[in-house]
Amino acid sequence: MNQRIYTRQSFYQPVLWLVLLTMPYWITPLGGYTDLASRLLVIGLAAMATNLLIGHTGVMSFGHAAYFGLGAYATGLTLKYLMPSTPVAFLVGILVGTLGGMVIGYLIVRLRGIYFALATIAFGQVFYFIAFRWNTVTGGDNGLRGFQRLPIDLGFMKFDITSSLVYYYVVLAVLAVCAFAMATILRSPFGHTLQAIRENERRAQFLSIPINRHLWIAYTLSCFFVAVAGSLYALLNNFASPHDLYWTQSGDFVLMAVIGGMRSFWGPLLGAAIFVVAQDYLSGITQDWMFFIGLIFVLVVLLLPRGIAGLFQRRAS
Amino acid sequence: MTQLVLFNIFNGLVIGAFYALMALGLSLIINLTNVINFAHGGFLALGAYFAYTLEPYVGFWGALIVSPFLAAIVGIVVERVLIRPLYNRDPLYSLLLTFGLAFVLQDSVRFIWGAQGLPLKTPDILNSSLSSTLFFLTGYRVFMVVLVAVAVAILFYVLKKTRVGMRIRAGTLDLEMVSALGVDVRILRNLNFGLGIFFAGLAGVLAAGMLGLTPTIGEGLIMPSFVAVIVGGLGSLVGTLVGGLLIGVAAGVVTVFYPSASEASIYVIMAIVLLFRPYGLFGEKGGTKL
Repeated sequence: MNQRIYTRQSFYQPVLWLVLLTMPYWITPLGGYTDLASRLLVIGLAAMATNLLIGHTGVMSFGHAAYFGLGAYATGLTLKYLMPSTPVAFLVGILVGTLGGMVIGYLIVRLRGIYFALATIAFGQVFYFIAFRWNTVTGGDNGLRGFQRLPIDLGFMKFDITSSLVYYYVVLAVLAVCAFAMATILRSPFGHTLQAIRENERRAQFLSIPINRHLWIAYTLSCFFVAVAGSLYALLNNFASPHDLYWTQSGDFVLMAVIGGMRSFWGPLLGAAIFVVAQDYLSGITQDWMFFIGLIFVLVVLLLPRGIAGLFQRRAS
Repeated sequence: MTQLVLFNIFNGLVIGAFYALMALGLSLIINLTNVINFAHGGFLALGAYFAYTLEPYVGFWGALIVSPFLAAIVGIVVERVLIRPLYNRDPLYSLLLTFGLAFVLQDSVRFIWGAQGLPLKTPDILNSSLSSTLFFLTGYRVFMVVLVAVAVAILFYVLKKTRVGMRIRAGTLDLEMVSALGVDVRILRNLNFGLGIFFAGLAGVLAAGMLGLTPTIGEGLIMPSFVAVIVGGLGSLVGTLVGGLLIGVAAGVVTVFYPSASEASIYVIMAIVLLFRPYGLFGEKGGTKL
């Protein structure tokens, strides 16, 4: 990631935050609703986390729905069976998702290229089957219901996050913290090492960088942020669906990163915005919305491989 | 009990044969072009529905022969128009493309033939049980396993002995060199893709005869096929075959004792294989391309 991109980001950033801060107020007149805005942020966070691997480290992970869904289910199950506390459920969700990523990451970091991609796809499905089959606990195909986000009681003050509007700002705050953390990681020596691995793995190896360990850490970090998103998603919908774990969801995340621009930091958020709105709109007007989503995949790949950020970069240079 | 175990082993073998057919097609395509074909399940459905449409005119046997070819032709066109422009790019893009294609195919099938399940008529001769004690040996299942064995044998013969087959094998090792030796690799990749889809189509017809048709018929088979490819190791078709049969039988055996874990069990196998042999049972490190 070179300096140029960061300076341009500092120009766009105030605009971006202004848009995000005011979104609940203008999305409703435009035909949306507050939960759509929250969903956009949550999915955007997941896409950014996926891009941490795909765009910034250069490894093809196609199984991130697994950790997204793990976060969602762990949060829901904690609220339903263990403890009626939103913060605890949130933390458990993140922890479980991250651990899942750590274990599976350990198994696959030795693989490269499409073999790596295949393994992430295949492993991504195992949690889906568990959620699908273990229906006494997880609700099976119907998804996990019977929990809801509860007001946060800090002792001295109470946050009522049950309203859509307040929850939107909770999500936005978490997104801000995560984005800051991801940007810090990418700017750190560790982040630069990841980019070195992306650009030329063999040369990085000659510089005695332990590649596999770096990839493992990057994989785990990425899963951590995806699990945060998954947790938020379960709390947003008061529901966890097996679809959150399904491989199509993983593909959606990757596509969002590509739509927005894999080489840019905020691109995936933009891609997620476009994708989520398109999906919401299409599924409202036609039964065959999957056809059109598939068409979006095909067209983006063929016509817009560098994403929307790529368009701007070409214009700038 | 022994009968139950035998039944499930045989059942696993049948399912494993499906996985192997699917996975061989996937493996062929991956080996030569580095494309992970997510749309394989869609092509399987296409083969199945072609058979459904053709069956009244040419009968089951005719459909069994013709519809895989039709699916392969669709595959060849798709490769030519959509996938060929992506060979020089990161494999990520072809992955995403076939991913979208899977949606498009599935929805098209639903649009054309409807969402409800349809039956595929199979000849009476295949529907009888062969033995009264071993009730599970229905003609269709035995026929299926035999047919898969024959198809695989023909595939291996073609790859070993014919010119195209040798070029495909050579291309697996070093496509650039094959190209430098004067082979038109564009046509080679095109035919190879068609061959892979042929196997998907064949699996589709067979699956339709056993399970009936739904637009999502391929969806349940695609993930285990990926697992079969990984367990067997990239670059090795024998490995893919063994991988498919292995996970099929393993899932069948687990079904006896703990039915709800049968899907999860194949992932456990994959995890164990990757722990001890990161490149799969038959794969070699050199065989995996970046």
